[in-house]
Amino acid sequence: MSQAELASRPAPPSTWHMYRAMVGVGVFCGLLIVSVYQVTLPVIEHNKAVALQKAIFHVLPNATTSTTYRLDESGGFVVLEGKGVGEQLVYAGYDGEQKLVGLAVEARGMGYQDVIGLIYGYSFAEQAIIGIQVLESKETPGLGDKIETDADFLQNFERLDVSLVDDLSQLANPIVPVKHGEKANPWEVDGITGATISSVAIANILDASAQYWMPRIRNNLSDFERED
Amino acid sequence: MALPAKSSTDEFIKGLWRENPVFVQVLGMCPVLAVSNTALNALAMGLATAFVLVMSNIVVSSLRSFIPKQVRIATYILIIATFVTVVDYVIQAISLDLYKALGAFISLIVVNCLILGRAEAFASKNTVARSIMDGLGMGVGFVFALFCLGAVREILGAGTLFGVQLFHDSFQNWVVMILPSGGFFTLAGWLLLFNWLEQRKAKRARLATLSEEAAR
Repeated sequence: MSQAELASRPAPPSTWHMYRAMVGVGVFCGLLIVSVYQVTLPVIEHNKAVALQKAIFHVLPNATTSTTYRLDESGGFVVLEGKGVGEQLVYAGYDGEQKLVGLAVEARGMGYQDVIGLIYGYSFAEQAIIGIQVLESKETPGLGDKIETDADFLQNFERLDVSLVDDLSQLANPIVPVKHGEKANPWEVDGITGATISSVAIANILDASAQYWMPRIRNNLSDFERED
Repeated sequence: MALPAKSSTDEFIKGLWRENPVFVQVLGMCPVLAVSNTALNALAMGLATAFVLVMSNIVVSSLRSFIPKQVRIATYILIIATFVTVVDYVIQAISLDLYKALGAFISLIVVNCLILGRAEAFASKNTVARSIMDGLGMGVGFVFALFCLGAVREILGAGTLFGVQLFHDSFQNWVVMILPSGGFFTLAGWLLLFNWLEQRKAKRARLATLSEEAAR
């Protein structure tokens, strides 16, 4: 390349120009994201609270009112006051006569794509999970997201046994996923062909949550009773 | 011979039909095929993408002399990702059900080649006004294309449009249309129609030229 050609080429940008562009755009983007987050946060929180309330009554169909309880340091349950950030919460459902009909419990765990968040209803009368609703999921559209829509799969949770051993220390039978069509016991979850990992994830999330919560709930049943 | 300069209106109109991002350029196929199972999902996804497209075009065009060539792609991705995050929050604030229906595809707008393509090919070389018109045209073209797919799939797959029942109870839904394969079938149908229209137009233009020459 001749000297004249070299001289006619535009000078490459300095490192400073590159830093200036990247940092400048980064600061602008950061400020924009934080501003929008601050503006939308109250509305999003309100929407989530409404959706949660709807989900509680969906998984506890006989309940007409609900009260939120938190697990306290002594291992018992007390009525939540305030927002309950960072607390372990359960939602007790009551019928029209203020009788306790069951509890709704939130659970989370890893799915195929990302964390799956769900809520399930526990019936004291049946000692079983009587319904679930997925609250948060980014499973593969058309495949993994069948955990929310597949009628056969959702039938698993019309009565999924979570009864405890006699001393109420653990589940009598852990919740286990099985291949589609091989369910033989009420504590087994019939999987979905084509959404194997997601459906197994739901069974594992429920098992981990039930193993943790059921002994605590059953040992403190009186905490949820409403006084007339 | 130099081509005549395009007006802003031309920039807008080209994205609607002549250079439609889906039916002509076949860009952004991932959300096109996946989220177009209902008309509402398709419309929401199209509008979210159009918003990100217009906003990123505005910012990229405004900063075109400020961003060195060597770091342009990283900077464009940063700008696009910011507007996708904004859209993500706004959709959560509007409707959680809609947010759940669109799922992972909102985040995936970041990697929609249509948006980066317009930033690189157009906004980085043109004025803000022309970039807005380009973004609007391509955005509306994308919404139109997604709606065409979503409406056909919902009508045939569920017998509804925007959730409103269209047929008698005896109508047997073509469930395949709301499944992933239905996206391919519907897109193929629309591409066939577009190509046929284009070929017919070209044939007529050729015949007109020939008849003009014969008359001379």
